[in-house]
Amino acid sequence: MAEIIQDIQEQEYLINMGPQHPSTHGVLRLVLSLRGETVLSVQPHCGYIHRGIEKMCERLTYQQIIHLTDRLDYLSAHINNHAVCMLVENALGVELPERVKYIRTIMDELARIASHQLWWCSFGMDLGALTAFFYGLRDREPILDIFEESTGGRLIQSYYTPGGLMKDIHPGFQKRVKDFIKMFRKKINEYDQLLSGNVIMTQRTQGIGILTEEEAISFGVTGPSGRGSGFECDIRKHHPYSLYNKVEFKEILRTEGDSFARYSVRMDEMRESLNIIEQLIDNIPAGDFSVKMKPVIKLPEGEYYQRVEAARGEFGVFISSKGEKYPYRVKLRSPNFSNLSALHSIAHGQKIADLVAIGASLDYVIPDIDR
Amino acid sequence: MNNEQLTAKILSFEPSAEVKDGLQYLTATVAFDKLHTLAKSLRESKDTNFDYLFCLTGMDYGDSLGVIYYLESTNLKHQLVLKIVCADKEKPVLDTVCDIWKTAEFLEREVFDLLGIDFNNHPDMRRIFLEEDWVGYPLRKDYSDNNIIVK
Amino acid sequence: MEFNIYDFTSFTKWIDESLNAAMSPFWVMITEMAIIGVAILAFYALVGLFLVYAERKVCAFMQNRVGPNRVGPFGIFQTIADLLKLLMKELVYIKNADKLLFNIAPFIVITASFLAIAAIPFAKGLHAIDFNIGIFYVVAVSSLGVIGILLAGWSSNSKYSLIGAMRSGAQIVSYELSVGLSLITMVILSGSMQLSTIVEAQANGWFIFTGHIPAIIAFVIYMIAATAETNRGPFDLAEAESELTAGFHTEYSGIRFAFFFLAEYMNMFIVASIAATIFWGGWMPFHVPGWEGFNTVMDYIPPFIWYIGKTAVIIFIMMLFKWTFPRLRIDQLLTLEWKYLLPINLFNVVLMAFIVLMGWHW
Repeated sequence: MAEIIQDIQEQEYLINMGPQHPSTHGVLRLVLSLRGETVLSVQPHCGYIHRGIEKMCERLTYQQIIHLTDRLDYLSAHINNHAVCMLVENALGVELPERVKYIRTIMDELARIASHQLWWCSFGMDLGALTAFFYGLRDREPILDIFEESTGGRLIQSYYTPGGLMKDIHPGFQKRVKDFIKMFRKKINEYDQLLSGNVIMTQRTQGIGILTEEEAISFGVTGPSGRGSGFECDIRKHHPYSLYNKVEFKEILRTEGDSFARYSVRMDEMRESLNIIEQLIDNIPAGDFSVKMKPVIKLPEGEYYQRVEAARGEFGVFISSKGEKYPYRVKLRSPNFSNLSALHSIAHGQKIADLVAIGASLDYVIPDIDR
Repeated sequence: MNNEQLTAKILSFEPSAEVKDGLQYLTATVAFDKLHTLAKSLRESKDTNFDYLFCLTGMDYGDSLGVIYYLESTNLKHQLVLKIVCADKEKPVLDTVCDIWKTAEFLEREVFDLLGIDFNNHPDMRRIFLEEDWVGYPLRKDYSDNNIIVK
Repeated sequence: MEFNIYDFTSFTKWIDESLNAAMSPFWVMITEMAIIGVAILAFYALVGLFLVYAERKVCAFMQNRVGPNRVGPFGIFQTIADLLKLLMKELVYIKNADKLLFNIAPFIVITASFLAIAAIPFAKGLHAIDFNIGIFYVVAVSSLGVIGILLAGWSSNSKYSLIGAMRSGAQIVSYELSVGLSLITMVILSGSMQLSTIVEAQANGWFIFTGHIPAIIAFVIYMIAATAETNRGPFDLAEAESELTAGFHTEYSGIRFAFFFLAEYMNMFIVASIAATIFWGGWMPFHVPGWEGFNTVMDYIPPFIWYIGKTAVIIFIMMLFKWTFPRLRIDQLLTLEWKYLLPINLFNVVLMAFIVLMGWHW
């Protein structure tokens, strides 16, 4: 009898979390081995929506690639496109009009806020506070309206193109954005009241899922998740692109490395993004919204790499060109893929409910992992 | 550390390395069997301290396969590109660097999955995206698939 | 017979007497049981449907939404439409599930909540049976539901269900203590376990006002523990849709799922009724000793309205809880009970006994 009991105590309880599960945010499959409620190991199984974008890009022109990079991290579609456009422009030595840079920076930051809002929604939902979900979605709507007005798309815009923008901004853009900033500055305090200070919320996140700075660097955990561990990885600050060397903003850092640190980094980042937009929105210079480019772009032979700060971390595009109209090889460094690789290291030994909270605080977007 | 000093440092670690300046990043090319020792010294030396592997790309050069490592030092703020070409196209094998940079564990699995480069000493060398019984390596240039849409 | 909405005693007595005149005592008992059964069943279904609708509206109100608004005016027939859909849905069986237990489990859950209604006094003279150990009966019966939940989780042959059931077992067994002890505190004050006596004793002020601080503490503890016992947020760990998809009822479909769903809402109704009865005076109108005019005006409101109103307020509070707070973790949940609520509760019982002993209560 004692042997049987010991045998049962040593057995692991395997459970498949996903590919259809409310808190894996898509079709991620985590194979958990549990003992009671404690998670012994987490094994991510990816690939359920792998579309082979890197392979597809080898048969697409540079203008066409934009429409695929949208579909990686669909919540920071603008920022992904920014990377590809900048890579092509830098490789060809194209000088962009100031207007394009202003608009791109503002759009990037709007996309970042919208992405963090959606993260906040799903964070609340994963912890069981469903009301947060609707608050976040309500405030995300004005941003999507702004996008829709200028770009025609709400989720996936394909607004940038090598050499500038597809279309000029809508005449009401500036007013809309200013209205949004005014509105959202109030609402973000509401977020804090509803969730940030809640006793249950702080108990569920503080001291849970600790990722040290050393591990964050080693795992390449970037973006708000990495900065929650004290890893200074803001590409906007350390390798400025577009207008980020002209605007003033802080790189939000926390040293605790727990779920709550990752949470508060994102909350503060939303405020910081509002500051950036505020500095730019009144000064958009007049001028062209794009440079005249050749209809068929051919990059000179060589290897190019461009890094940008997407909403979830460092996004990188590697293009190897043989001087043809198609790239020879495209590699997309997606932040979520690296962030996911740290999941086992963060979550093992925690409770199953904490795993959900950790996953929410890492904020992965599955199409970006699978590409 | 500027590029000249870095070049000198790399050459002191590995005299056979071929270092090229003037590109987007400083680029070092070494033989495949020198990879692990060079990577380890680049990571551990106080002067170079490349602690952040921000991109790992598998490449099909047509006649050979290779891997490109993009390295950065988080405190010294310099970058380096490390290029390795595998010796054998039929059976490409490299040493893993996932004991040096943990992020390489998943990135190498991806390279194995899509390009078929095997990594020695990797703790969990399985396909990561495709099914276990998938035939071929899709990112190779000679890969053909009847269902491929974009031609 | 005179029908009086302020006092149903004569009405129920009249039914009893006319039945007795017509048939033998045995058949009277059978008939009365049937009448009560049908009446409670109808009431049960009605309240269940209304509560589901109310929850959706309150939830929508909290979340800046409109809520159900298509079926009927203000969507009031939405839950009926949902019920019809659930009735028509296929009952999915799981391979290797324990068929017998799998089928029985929803009935155990719903029966447990059904039994508890019998003892609740809805108005003066309007209750199915007036036990002299009413509170004891209600506490005993309402904890039967956990057996159904455990069976559901065990027999489903699903891993999520099993985890949900085990959580639920640990949770309900723990919080049963707090529910029981906080009610015992009030039993000490009232000196009776009979629910009708307890209500009558609150004619000159509800226990929450006359019981000094211990009554307020007991009420707060009761609300927390009762929310936990009904598996509602923030204590809905047994379901925890973001962790366990749906917990113990993951594998249930159609009307069996509806039974679980209905039982959850009825449990909420029952615990709210008991809270209203024991702490807020049940059907007893709000009286302030000495204010004769005010008391008379209050007496004009029928007891049934008082009872429903108080229950509705408590249910509304429980819904606000659910839609505001994130969910706890299982170890935090048990810590809250065993390390905080239980010691406070035990101390509270002693305090109440002391107050009653010294005659400090009104």
